[in-house]
Amino acid sequence: MTFLEKFTLIFTNAKYLDSMLTGLRMTLAISIGAAILGLILGTIVALVGLSKSKNLLMKIPKLICAVYVTVVRGTPMALQLFIMAFVVFAIRGFPLVVTAIIAFGINSGAYVSENIRGGILSVDIGQTEAGRSLGLSPGTTLWYIVIPQAIKNVIPSIGNELIALIKETSIVSMIGMYDLTAAAKNVGSGQNLANYLAPMSVAALFYLAIVYLLTFVIKIIEGRLRQSDRR
Amino acid sequence: MIDVKNLSKSFGDHLVLDDISEHISPGEKVVVIGPSGSGKSTFLRCLNLLETPTAGTITFENTVITDPKVKIDKVRQQMGMVFQHFNLFPNMTIRKNITLAPVQTKLMSQAEADEVADTLLKRVDLLDKAEAYPNQLSGGQKQRIAIVRALAMKPKVMLFDEPTSALDPEMVGEVLDVMKELAQEGMTMVVVTHEMGFAREVGSRVLFMDGGHILEQNEPHAFFDHPQNPRTQLFLSKVL
Repeated sequence: MTFLEKFTLIFTNAKYLDSMLTGLRMTLAISIGAAILGLILGTIVALVGLSKSKNLLMKIPKLICAVYVTVVRGTPMALQLFIMAFVVFAIRGFPLVVTAIIAFGINSGAYVSENIRGGILSVDIGQTEAGRSLGLSPGTTLWYIVIPQAIKNVIPSIGNELIALIKETSIVSMIGMYDLTAAAKNVGSGQNLANYLAPMSVAALFYLAIVYLLTFVIKIIEGRLRQSDRR
Repeated sequence: MIDVKNLSKSFGDHLVLDDISEHISPGEKVVVIGPSGSGKSTFLRCLNLLETPTAGTITFENTVITDPKVKIDKVRQQMGMVFQHFNLFPNMTIRKNITLAPVQTKLMSQAEADEVADTLLKRVDLLDKAEAYPNQLSGGQKQRIAIVRALAMKPKVMLFDEPTSALDPEMVGEVLDVMKELAQEGMTMVVVTHEMGFAREVGSRVLFMDGGHILEQNEPHAFFDHPQNPRTQLFLSKVL
């Protein structure tokens, strides 16, 4: 069988195709879940980190957020995944997909928070001053004036982070999960196709398609947000 | 209207305002001049607490606004401010720039605010720009919009922080004209500026600041024609 025949066989053979699609669904589930969790977590952490409140009660969450970002960014993703799977959620019957979503979401949140923090800081301080000088509250100023401008600055780097996240989920087979990468390995194994090149190529194609689609969506969002830049 | 008592402000070790006391009465047009770094902008920015004073009190309409318990947002709603760099919100249309604050502070409904915006835009001859974005405007137009945005809150006093310093020379006139009109209508104004012509023509009082002190003040004709303080004389000899 030539490479091309094996390649097509993965799409025509119900068992192989089913196997690949099952893996794809898992990759998507983890990616989407972790992306949502990461964005929410990242936004909260960024806002807490930027808060200028002199209240003592704010110092504790600020410290927690700083430690969180440092620890998560300073340790390997695989290790974080192991800790989640074998220590924190080492509970019989606890769904692995939830473990993975939490592990990747927490990881992504740390990076997203730094992106958002940078985005908010990149908005000219004069914008905040103008809002406050009109008598708007700090919250209203942040929500209507600063955040819309920060989002525009942040979209490209958030896109980058989401792309990295999707590809990084390929390590979940290390805790025995069946994602797209694991599926490719399974389809290529001796009991099945006995060839790794074809299924790996199909998996690569799937990853590429997801990332390409995401890039496309980000470009559209960016274009919309740039509307006010036209001169 | 605004009463400043023993106001000091330092940034770290650097003392920018040194024990300033000053009173601004309703209807006054106080023009603050002085070399850069003299503390004039900081003084203005302390009046609506964009800078927190290190010491001293500021009273606005019988409210001690330097008291931490005072709801500063409420106070600022009555004090308009115009910045050197306009600080229009680039993510909103001109109309939204003007109506955002009156609507969000529940001063007006959106419909009322729109009406106020139309009236004010007509006044500065920019009604056709209502749906444009700030980036589509010239500097002079932006600053006129910034003035209108502050006026939409119906403030009792207007603070101007070098409103023409970032403008091309040919656009300075159109902004000063709007300010003159405002002065003629009786608005209380505090203006930090390098426009000596404006100070002379519109000001009811000129303050000269240097080194964090108000060194001299007088009504404009006496101030410009017979400056008393040697530092004032030196400054005026260079700029006039």
